[in-house]
Amino acid sequence: MTIQDTGVTEFPVRKPDVPFPPPQYADFRDRDGLVRSVLPTGCPVWLVTRHEDVRTVLTDRRISSNPSRPGFPNVAVTGGVPRQDQIPGWFVGLDPPEHDRFRKALIPEFSVRRVREWQPTIQSIVDEQIDAMLAKGDSAELVAELALPVPSLVISTILGVPPIDRDFFESRTKTLVSVQTTTEAERDVAVRELLRYLERLIALKQKRPGDDLVSRLLANGNLEPRELTGVVMLLLIAGHETTANNIALGVVTLLGNPRWIGDSRAVDELLRYHSVADLVALRVAVEDVEVGGQLVKAGEGIMPLIAGANRDDRNFGCPEDFDPGRSTRNHVAFGYGVHQCLGQNLVRAEMEIVYRTLFERVPTLALDTTPDLLRFKHDGTLFGLHTLPVRW
Amino acid sequence: MRIDVNDGRCVGAGQCVLNAPGLFDQDDQGMVKVLDQHPSGPDAAAVLQAVDMCPSGAIRVTGF
Repeated sequence: MTIQDTGVTEFPVRKPDVPFPPPQYADFRDRDGLVRSVLPTGCPVWLVTRHEDVRTVLTDRRISSNPSRPGFPNVAVTGGVPRQDQIPGWFVGLDPPEHDRFRKALIPEFSVRRVREWQPTIQSIVDEQIDAMLAKGDSAELVAELALPVPSLVISTILGVPPIDRDFFESRTKTLVSVQTTTEAERDVAVRELLRYLERLIALKQKRPGDDLVSRLLANGNLEPRELTGVVMLLLIAGHETTANNIALGVVTLLGNPRWIGDSRAVDELLRYHSVADLVALRVAVEDVEVGGQLVKAGEGIMPLIAGANRDDRNFGCPEDFDPGRSTRNHVAFGYGVHQCLGQNLVRAEMEIVYRTLFERVPTLALDTTPDLLRFKHDGTLFGLHTLPVRW
Repeated sequence: MRIDVNDGRCVGAGQCVLNAPGLFDQDDQGMVKVLDQHPSGPDAAAVLQAVDMCPSGAIRVTGF
C-alpha cells in the first residue's frame, strides 16, 4: 500500500488475523532499493528485507547501533523494557571500538566449549521442570511451566545467583517479559528490583568470589562493577524471552512436523523459521551509505527485518517450508556482524535439550487447544506465544 | 586451500567451530583458532560454509 505522493509504505503492524512473518515482506523484497516507512511511534525508517542487504546493514561500519545517535529509530515500548539503554554496560547500544571491550570480556563465557560444559546443568534444570510438570497431572501451560523458567534458571546458574534467590530472580524476570499480564508500572518495579538485586549480587561476589561468570568478570578487572550491572541485566533480558519464545513455538512446529522430532538439525531451522527477534536489530546511518541500490543518508534510521531475510528465496530454497534438511544454514535469526547473539550456542543447547527431553519423556504430548486458538504475541516486539496449553 | 584468520576481527560467535569442528576451535579467550590451515577434499566445503557464516569476516580462504 504505497501512498503515492510520498513514497512512504505503511509499516506492517502485526494483527491477530495476519500471519507471521507479515506477507508484505515478500513484496518489500521484490522492490528496487529499500522500503521507506514510518514506525508506529512516528519514526521514519528504511525497511530492509533481503538477506544480502540485512547482512550488509549489520556489518557496515558506517551504520551504528547506538540509540543516542540522532535519527536512531525509536520503537514502541510495548513488549520492551524501558530505558535499559541508559544503563552503563548496555553494550548492544555501543559501536566498535567501545563495544569490543565488553564483548571480549564475555566471549569465553559463551564459547562452544563452555556451553558444552553447561549441558549437564541445563539437562538437570530441564529434567526438574518436566518432573514438576508431570507430577501435577496430565496437562500443563508450557510457556509458564517450561519455556520461561528454563532460560531463567540456566542464566541465573551461569551468573552465580545463589539457589536460594532463584525463585525471586525467576519471578521478577517473568514479570519483566510478560506484556500480557504486566502493567508498565509493575514492569518498572521489577526492573528496579532486579537492578538492585544485581548490584547486591555483584557486591557479594566482590567479597566472596565463586566459580561463576560474575566472579570471573570481577577478577578480570576489564569491566567496572557499575558496568557489570548493565552487562548482567543485558544477559538476563537478551536470553530470556527470546529463548522462551523459540522453545514454545518450536514445540508447536515440531508437533505439526513429527518426523523432525529428535533431529538436531531442527534447532537452526526453527530459529530461521520463527525469527522471533524480527524487529530488534535497529540501526542508524552515520555517513551516507548505499544499501541494496538505495542511498541512505547520514542520520536516517534503518530497520533490518530479520524474518524478511530469513524467508528470502534468493538465499533459501522454498523458504516458506519448514525443512531442517536444507543445506543453506546462514540464517540471521541471531543477527550478524559484531553484535551477533553472544549466547547463540547456549540457546541452541537449551532448545536441543528441551525438545529431546520433552518428546522422550512425554511421547504422547499434544496441543490442548486447536492451532487456530493459539494466542500469539502480535503486540510485542518479539514474536512468540502468550500461552501454550498441552496435554498428554 | 589456505585458511587465514584475523583474530582482531573475531567476535567469538563460534560459527566456524560448529560448522567445521575439526578445522577450527576457540582458544581460552574464545577467539578463533585454526587447527588445519591447509584443508582439502570434503573439508573444503565446510570451510566455505564457515567463512560464509562468520558474522565478522574474520576468516579468509585462498587457493581453492
